[in-house]
Amino acid sequence: MTHAAGLLDIALSIALVTLALGQIMSMVRLMIGPTTGDRILALDTMVINALGLVVVLGIQQGVKVYFEVTLLIAMLGFVSTVALARFILRGDIIE
Amino acid sequence: MTIETIATYAAAASLLIGAFFIIVGVIGLLKFNEPMTRLHAPTKVGTIGIGMLLIASMLVSFGQGEGSVHELLIVAFLFTTAPVSANFFAKVIIHRGNCGPLPTPPGDQAWSTLAKPKKD
Repeated sequence: MTHAAGLLDIALSIALVTLALGQIMSMVRLMIGPTTGDRILALDTMVINALGLVVVLGIQQGVKVYFEVTLLIAMLGFVSTVALARFILRGDIIE
Repeated sequence: MTIETIATYAAAASLLIGAFFIIVGVIGLLKFNEPMTRLHAPTKVGTIGIGMLLIASMLVSFGQGEGSVHELLIVAFLFTTAPVSANFFAKVIIHRGNCGPLPTPPGDQAWSTLAKPKKD
């Protein structure tokens, strides 16, 4: 294994650990609240962190299929965030 | 030093930069003490953090000799949707009364999100 590949391995591990820590910390914010906006914000951050986890996993395993997974998670996360915020705002999603 | 080696080093650097921005954004989400300031921190996670991870993915695939630019699609999608969802969060915080009173806009302008629709 060359020096560059070893460095990439270390960077991948650091990124994975960071993303996992980020998931845990936003989960703490999701639990302690205190307002509804904070909870939706924490959920959105968790979706984006999950996206990053999938990306880093794809780099580590060298699999191309993870690209589609990432795109799907991004779209689903945006739509669900907007729907949740809209429901909190108006009590209705489609008027 | 070949181009593959340079691409691998650059990918490792982008991964580290992305990880740094992600941890900064999430610490901001956890430690700030007002809803509006908490809204500001995690936008870095969505744009720079994930953007750097996707750039690292592109660089790795270029380093292996099979370049792909699909990841730019995800970056573009995240960059267009992040302001929209941030606007919705701000609206939720304003309308649920979790922030102080908004500053008065100059002249005879008014906040459009607070305006009452005209009955007709």
